[in-house]
Amino acid sequence: MTIESLLVAIGMAVAAGLIGSFAVMKRMSLAADPLSHVALPGIGIALALHIQPVFGAVVMLAFAALLVWALEDRARATTESAIGVLFSAALAIGSIMTTGEDLIEALFGGAGVLSRSEKVFGFLVASAIVLFILISKNSLVIMMVSPDVARTAGIDVRRLDLLYLEAFALTIALGLRYLGVLLMGALIIIPAVTAKRLSHGLNSMLWFSVALSVSSTALGSAIAAHLHREAGPVIVLVATALFLLSLLARPQRLGD
Amino acid sequence: MMAATSAENVLEVSHLSVRFGATQVLADLSFNVAKGSSVAIIGPNGAGKTVLLRTLVGALQFSGTVRWSEGVRIGYVPQKLDLERGIPITAVDFLSARTAVAHKSTAGIRSVLTLVGIPLEVAQQPIGTMSGGQFQRLLIAFSLVGDPNVLLLDEPTAGVDEPGQEHLNQLVRRLQQNQGLTVLFISHELSVVYQNADHVLCLSRARTCFGPPRTILTPDLLRDIYGSEVSYHVHDN
Repeated sequence: MTIESLLVAIGMAVAAGLIGSFAVMKRMSLAADPLSHVALPGIGIALALHIQPVFGAVVMLAFAALLVWALEDRARATTESAIGVLFSAALAIGSIMTTGEDLIEALFGGAGVLSRSEKVFGFLVASAIVLFILISKNSLVIMMVSPDVARTAGIDVRRLDLLYLEAFALTIALGLRYLGVLLMGALIIIPAVTAKRLSHGLNSMLWFSVALSVSSTALGSAIAAHLHREAGPVIVLVATALFLLSLLARPQRLGD
Repeated sequence: MMAATSAENVLEVSHLSVRFGATQVLADLSFNVAKGSSVAIIGPNGAGKTVLLRTLVGALQFSGTVRWSEGVRIGYVPQKLDLERGIPITAVDFLSARTAVAHKSTAGIRSVLTLVGIPLEVAQQPIGTMSGGQFQRLLIAFSLVGDPNVLLLDEPTAGVDEPGQEHLNQLVRRLQQNQGLTVLFISHELSVVYQNADHVLCLSRARTCFGPPRTILTPDLLRDIYGSEVSYHVHDN
């Protein structure tokens, strides 16, 4: 792995740690998985058009986030049913469009060498997501506790919600090359769930989540390289091992 | 919402209707709220009291007009919230988020905590571990950190212990009287309504009414609103 690729991977992990913290606190943990499936038909279309797969994935993910946002005003059951049906269908369509090696790589991530455009995309998107969370974390906290109260604090709740969902979708896109469609959701959620167990306040949650996500990515990549395996599954296993270790830590407060 | 009320009114509501699908929750509601006044919203469950406050903060779609006067800063205390218990956000995090959004310093947080009666050590614990009453006090603290001139309170003392209720009711009364805050509050406690409100807005499927407590809180009117006998005796003192 080149230094540049390593930096892109760390950027992805930082973004995943930050976005995941809010996803877990917003009780969106289960949404990460179906949403990430939507990337697959995008990858299929991009391969058919001979463009970088990640850009096809970005378009589909951004559209899916917009769809979730538009449905959010409806009853929760409607949204969940719609996500369940549409996004699983997307996985099926994507599996038909993408075949062989390409499919395995799209589902579980694949080594390959990152192209220059992928590296630039990775740097820019990771920086934008980190910046977005740093600027919006206070508004996100208030919105999470009560959207109505957030409105009285002058926060444009609908706009912030859309921005967050799009940042979430882009974070999935960031990880596709490393972890693939099926595993990227796990890197967003698992370190954040572990961080939530260990934290007593907002800042410690964000720091823990980033640290756990980055160490899972770095350690997982190193172990995978040593064992000549794909990095994605090993990264997720390392994140899971860290979560299991956190269970050994004595629960220190109510509500865990 | 737009700003263009007559000078003495903070809020003017006319022909306000809210419906959820086929259900009409509020129908053709009109009332004005004078600056510095305290309005109690009463009515049976399901009459649309919370819907009214949520409409006033811009959370729900409606027909008719809702006009807030210029320069209004609303502090809103919602009813019980459904929060993730293990959420690692402390009361101090939550209040600091409010001051950061308003680009203000965090210096006032300590005094607001004292004002609503939350000890600092409780404020440094995750909000999921707070009791219902403590969390209600936190929501009131949050509304005050924004330096409001209008308070919308949805049963602000629900779940708070008896001495705490008295303390918070006194606090709201003091803010209204000393700092000229306009207060709209939902309450099922008719004694509190009588003590704290100078106007009462009653909502029910049968009728709506608006006027001073002495006019509204009569046995006949209460029976009309609640649909059953309400025993309440007004002390003349």
